[in-house]
Amino acid sequence: MLYIFCPHCGSRSQNEFAYGGDATVKRPELNKEISDQEWNNFVYLRKSPRGKHLELWHHISGCRQWIKVERDTSTHEIFKTYKAEELTE
Amino acid sequence: MSQDFRLDNIGMVNRNKKISFTFNGKKYFGYEGDTIASALIANGVHLVGRSFKYHRPRGFFGVGVDEPYAILQLERNNERDPNIRATEQEIFDGLEVKSVNCWPSVNFDIGAINNFLRMFFPAGFYYKTFMWPPSFWYKIYEPFIRMAAGFGEASIKHDKERYEHKYEYCDLLITGSGPSGLASAYAAAKNGARVILAEDKPRYGGSLLTSDVNIGNQTGTEWSEKIITELKSMSNVIVKNRSQVFGYYDHNMLVMSERISDHLPKTQKYLPKQRLWYIRAKEVLISSGSIERPLVFGNNDTPGVMLSSAAKEYMKVYGVLVGKKPLIFTNNDSGYETAIEFKKNGVNPLILDTRKEPSSDIITEAKNLGIEIKYSYVVVAAKGYKKVKSADIAKISENKKDLSNIENIECDCICVSGFWTPSIHLASQSGNKSEFNEKIDAFVPKKSKQKENTIGSANGKFTLEETINEAFDKGYEVSNKITENNNKVSIPTVVEKKSSEHDKFWCVPLPKGKSYKRFLDFQNDVAVTDIELALREGFRSIEHVKRYTTLGMATDQGKTSNLNGLQLVSDIENKVVPQVGHTTFRPPYTPVSIGAIVGREVGKHSKPTRKSPMHEWHKKNNAVFVDAGVWLRPRYYKQGNETLFEASKREAKNVRKNVGVCDVTTLGKIDVKGPDAAEFLNRVYTNAWLKLPVGKARYGVMLREDGIVMDDGTTTRISENHYHMTTTTAQAANVLSHLEYYLQLVWPELNVNVVSTTEQWAGAAIAGPNSRALLMKLFPNTNVSNEDLPFMGYKEADLFGIPAKIYRISFSGELAYEVNVESDYGNFMWEKIIEVGKEFQIQPYGTEALSTLRIEMGHVAGSELDGRTIPHDASLEGLVSKKKDFIGKRSLSRSAFTKPDREKIVGVVPLDKKTSIPEGSYIVKDPKAKLPNPKLGHVSASCWSVEYDNPFSLAIIKDGKNMIGQKLFAMSPLKNKTIPVEIVSSHYVDPEGKRVRA
Repeated sequence: MLYIFCPHCGSRSQNEFAYGGDATVKRPELNKEISDQEWNNFVYLRKSPRGKHLELWHHISGCRQWIKVERDTSTHEIFKTYKAEELTE
Repeated sequence: MSQDFRLDNIGMVNRNKKISFTFNGKKYFGYEGDTIASALIANGVHLVGRSFKYHRPRGFFGVGVDEPYAILQLERNNERDPNIRATEQEIFDGLEVKSVNCWPSVNFDIGAINNFLRMFFPAGFYYKTFMWPPSFWYKIYEPFIRMAAGFGEASIKHDKERYEHKYEYCDLLITGSGPSGLASAYAAAKNGARVILAEDKPRYGGSLLTSDVNIGNQTGTEWSEKIITELKSMSNVIVKNRSQVFGYYDHNMLVMSERISDHLPKTQKYLPKQRLWYIRAKEVLISSGSIERPLVFGNNDTPGVMLSSAAKEYMKVYGVLVGKKPLIFTNNDSGYETAIEFKKNGVNPLILDTRKEPSSDIITEAKNLGIEIKYSYVVVAAKGYKKVKSADIAKISENKKDLSNIENIECDCICVSGFWTPSIHLASQSGNKSEFNEKIDAFVPKKSKQKENTIGSANGKFTLEETINEAFDKGYEVSNKITENNNKVSIPTVVEKKSSEHDKFWCVPLPKGKSYKRFLDFQNDVAVTDIELALREGFRSIEHVKRYTTLGMATDQGKTSNLNGLQLVSDIENKVVPQVGHTTFRPPYTPVSIGAIVGREVGKHSKPTRKSPMHEWHKKNNAVFVDAGVWLRPRYYKQGNETLFEASKREAKNVRKNVGVCDVTTLGKIDVKGPDAAEFLNRVYTNAWLKLPVGKARYGVMLREDGIVMDDGTTTRISENHYHMTTTTAQAANVLSHLEYYLQLVWPELNVNVVSTTEQWAGAAIAGPNSRALLMKLFPNTNVSNEDLPFMGYKEADLFGIPAKIYRISFSGELAYEVNVESDYGNFMWEKIIEVGKEFQIQPYGTEALSTLRIEMGHVAGSELDGRTIPHDASLEGLVSKKKDFIGKRSLSRSAFTKPDREKIVGVVPLDKKTSIPEGSYIVKDPKAKLPNPKLGHVSASCWSVEYDNPFSLAIIKDGKNMIGQKLFAMSPLKNKTIPVEIVSSHYVDPEGKRVRA
């Protein structure tokens, strides 16, 4: 079980969190014309990297904040965690 | 009653307390503190089971977790516990155990014929022997193999025992209370660290319990007792015996199984049987010790052949002799300690040492005691079937290839020592890649990946002095990183006799003309020939060899067999062991009962049970409850001998005719607040929300980004910036997460907050033509006329002094209202509604009637919004805005969602107006078509229409809107029913929606 540092609450066990997938995916803007391909990429296509991955976790049994976790998918090492508003370019 | 093999003046069992137990139906006795193994050996019993494949007789090989043979089945309180190691299970009064894998009895076992048919059971036999003809597999081969294989039988009854879970945090977890565990725990605890020390056996001390050593001028046992007593008295230390740390998981989380009452006769009512500890440790010291390695020779699986350290422990801890004519077969000094212990207890051993001219203090001591020693000697083969009777021994040449002077000597046990294998399982589980240590011919942990260090003999340190020094240093060093107390204790001096040099010899060659079975893996019956065969057949990777031959599998996980197997593979391949590598060690280190893993989360405890504030009233009024997600909801209120069908019909009819009241507390409720709330809802829902006036409700549908309907419900504008959203009972939690995702990550610029208010409101749906009349009496000061409170209207009102909210919304399709009050007033509201409603013939109705009402109205629910449907399929396309964008809109233009014959919801009525259509039935054109019959769709929900008094179902079928009026068939292969049906509109009752607006 992972031990995840929630930037709002501190270190908590994984069972307080829900996984939320790739944190680098950006939703296309509303009312913008986009191709089928672009939309398909956004809804379905995800990379499944081995190694560093920035991903979303939802502190569902804690502060209910979505956070970003930089984790190594093969070793589970967690390098850093961020609040939702961080790392938005 | 005397015990032939019990020693009088040695051992740690309690001689004042006799305990009787039965083994295979026969009564035996032992003493408090005995294991099944020690008590049986004391009684001269060595045959306890049959082997896995060949059904060869099985005795005892080890004395603890390493035991590969003596796996028994325990029975108590009419419950079975399979896979019990006789070497670990302590006896208690009334204990009943029996052998497994033998029939009809352990003494006469039919399956032993496999031993003579073993040419048919070579490595990987199940991949080749039983392949032909293919049809035989299911009917003959598999049932036969299944009956013959496996250890024990799990009970199919509900396990009444109590198991618990516990979470614990510490600075330092130490696994094993041998010399290194004790020393490091002491050093760390004295330095102020929060320490957990776990020991899998009942007694602390590990090897100190049995070795003849001195620490700080005390015997090993005295020293360990002193340390453990002091540790137990410290508030920063948790010391646990009978506790196996069996798994090392991510981020320094380890799991430990504590056997709390496995050794007690009757479990006290609230005392758990076992407790699973989830331990998050800042640092871990693995002091799990080492396991003695067997030597490989002919028939080395005969009962009476066992590890020399086990023989010693049976004497020193249990006061039990494993034999009276022992043969010690060793390649190192450890065998001498056992021999000396035998001698001290009046038994003359014979030592066969594979080494030519070894010398050390302990060898000198053995010689001085007059123990007979033969150097460069080996055991060629054990003789005897159910117990060792003699052994063929021989002199071995210097190159260890040739045998000479073969002779047979009498003996009743053979104690083997092939040196020691560090238990690196936990380190390996943590991600530590081990390295091969040439000096000890075994793998040791290398570089830590997580915060762990391995110490003592688990780290390949086989002298006590090294062990103690390393443990004190590590205990201090690791704890000081955390506490920074700089409090260092002094290290005691150590006296030990044995040296640690061993002979690299491990497998006795076969004498000319003999083909003895030489076993490597004792639990899985893997012999030298099996490995040889696997390699001949082309298996190279050690992982493949393992799976093909079953070497190192099952409950044993290769504790005794692993290294000898690797040695053999590398010998055949002309490689060295590190090139071959070892297989992956996986948790659990020892078997863990499923009960312990599940803990208290059994049956009704597996998830919380939520009850509405009106629950007690429902109970008092004969409600029959149903699980709705985590909620308990009344399904129907039983009157007299009514069936579910009769009751739900009565309740639904009463709603259509008079008025009914339904507990709708379980609906998900979310408060949406903030200046951008309207804009947010406009993006979340498919329909338009910007112009919803205050005091009005609107029905909305929300999609996932892939266009599939996620949930539906009504949302009411309570005030300018405050909306009250309702969700379905099942989706409440998901919808909240969904909203939070968009607010926090996608549109953080929106100034909106959401919070669940499900628990804050109790809700009652009042539905039926009499509902307004009832409302007028409930709220005499509020104008509830159709003009003042129209359909989809909202009002705050006063219910006999209690603030209430009235939403004019309807799921039943009747004139209806939902009244909400704060949860604490829920029961008050409910009782008032029932009381005042009497004159209007009110009846409460449950979920079954609720379903009936919504189905015949064609209102969709979870069975239609099943994660596969888009708004069109549920006839909700009218709610999809063409003007604005919203979550999932872009997906709706995908070709599969826009094709002309896209599935759509319809109503289904049986032609005979009598036969109910099972939910899940297929709708087909021709019931006799060739299989697979092309299906048009499926029946999602069925009810008995109370309006028309005939069955009615909803179905989602291809090209639904053009199918209305067609005669088709509903087929249920499950119920073996084919029903001719007519397709009708899904709005079966009141299609214009006049009633809700009345």
